[in-house]
Amino acid sequence: MARAAVRRRLTWQVGTVAEVYDETATARTLVLDVPDWPGHLAGQHVDIRLTAPDGYRASRSYSIASMPSGDRVELTVERLDDGEVSPYLTQVLSPGDPLEIRGPVGGWFVWRPDQPGPVQLIAGGSGVVPLMAMLRTHAAAGSEAPVRMLYSVRRPAAVIYRDELARRSAAGELELTLAFTREAPADDPRPPGRVDADLVARVTWPPRASPISYVCGPTPFVETVADLLVTAGHDPATIRTERFGGSR
Amino acid sequence: MSADGPSYLDGNAAAGALSEVFAVDVTAAIGRCAGCGRTEAFGAAHLYTQAPGLVARCAGCDAVLLRVVTTRTETWLDLRGLTHLRIPTAE
Repeated sequence: MARAAVRRRLTWQVGTVAEVYDETATARTLVLDVPDWPGHLAGQHVDIRLTAPDGYRASRSYSIASMPSGDRVELTVERLDDGEVSPYLTQVLSPGDPLEIRGPVGGWFVWRPDQPGPVQLIAGGSGVVPLMAMLRTHAAAGSEAPVRMLYSVRRPAAVIYRDELARRSAAGELELTLAFTREAPADDPRPPGRVDADLVARVTWPPRASPISYVCGPTPFVETVADLLVTAGHDPATIRTERFGGSR
Repeated sequence: MSADGPSYLDGNAAAGALSEVFAVDVTAAIGRCAGCGRTEAFGAAHLYTQAPGLVARCAGCDAVLLRVVTTRTETWLDLRGLTHLRIPTAE
C-alpha cells in the first residue's frame, strides 16, 4: 500500500475485465486486472474512459470497492438508465474485454488502517462502494477502531453487498444500520423515510466519541447528512464527503 | 440529477484530471481561498463538472479556486483563486 504514496503523474492504462457479477438488479461488480497496479487506499477512486468508434470519449469516476490486493481492482457500478457510461459497464462489458483506467486518485476521502479513532460511515445508495473498501481494509488490517455504518437505501432488494454486510456485522466488525427510504422489511421498526436528525442521534457516534465521518452518496443526500452531523455538534473538519452526480 | 438540487461534486472528483498535471495528490492539499481566506482541503471544495472542463469553487464563499480544461493537445490550468496550496510531503 505504501507504493500508492509514490509520487508520479498518472496517465491512462488498459486493464482487462477478469470477472463480472451482479450485486443487485442494477449494480454490477467489475473485477479488473490492471498490470503493475500501484496499490490504493480505501476510499480512493479511478476514472474510466470509453472511446466510441468515431473517437468520441466519455470518462467517469468510480470508487474502488476492493481492498488493496495485487493487480486486482474491483469497482461496483450502479446503472443509470439515461447514463452515458454505466449502461455499457453494467450490461455490455464482459470478461476478457479491455478497459481504459486512470488511478488510483484522491487522498482526501480515504481511511488508513493507522487511524485509531472511531469511524462513522454513512452511505446513500451506491455511495456504499468506497465505504465497503474501508470495511474490507479495516478487517484485513485487524484494526481495532470501532466502526458504525448507516446505509440509506430505497428497498431491501437494492442493498449492495447485502450478505457480506450481514456477515461482517454478525462478526462484530461494525454496527450496521440499514435505513430504508421507500420500502422496509415487515420486521423493521422504523417506517420508510429519509435519514433525519432522530436517526442520526440514535445510531451514529456522538460528537464526544470524536469519530471521523465519511459520507458518500448523491449530492443532495451528502448535503443533508453533512448538515445533520454539523447540527448534531460534529466539527466540520472531521466530516469527509464524496458526492456523486447523476451524470454517472 | 434534479434541477433544483445542488449540482456540484467534491474537489475529490478532480483528482484524476489533476493527476495528469501534478505528481502529488492535490485533493489532500490545504488551499487558501483568495476570495474569503478560508483554508480547507481541496477535496472539500465544490466541483462543477458541467462546464467544458472542471471548475472548483470555495465551499465558503463560492469564489472560483481553480479551473482545468484538457483539450486534445494541452491542459489549461487556472489557479487564480488559490493564494496558496499546502501540499503534505511524504512521511
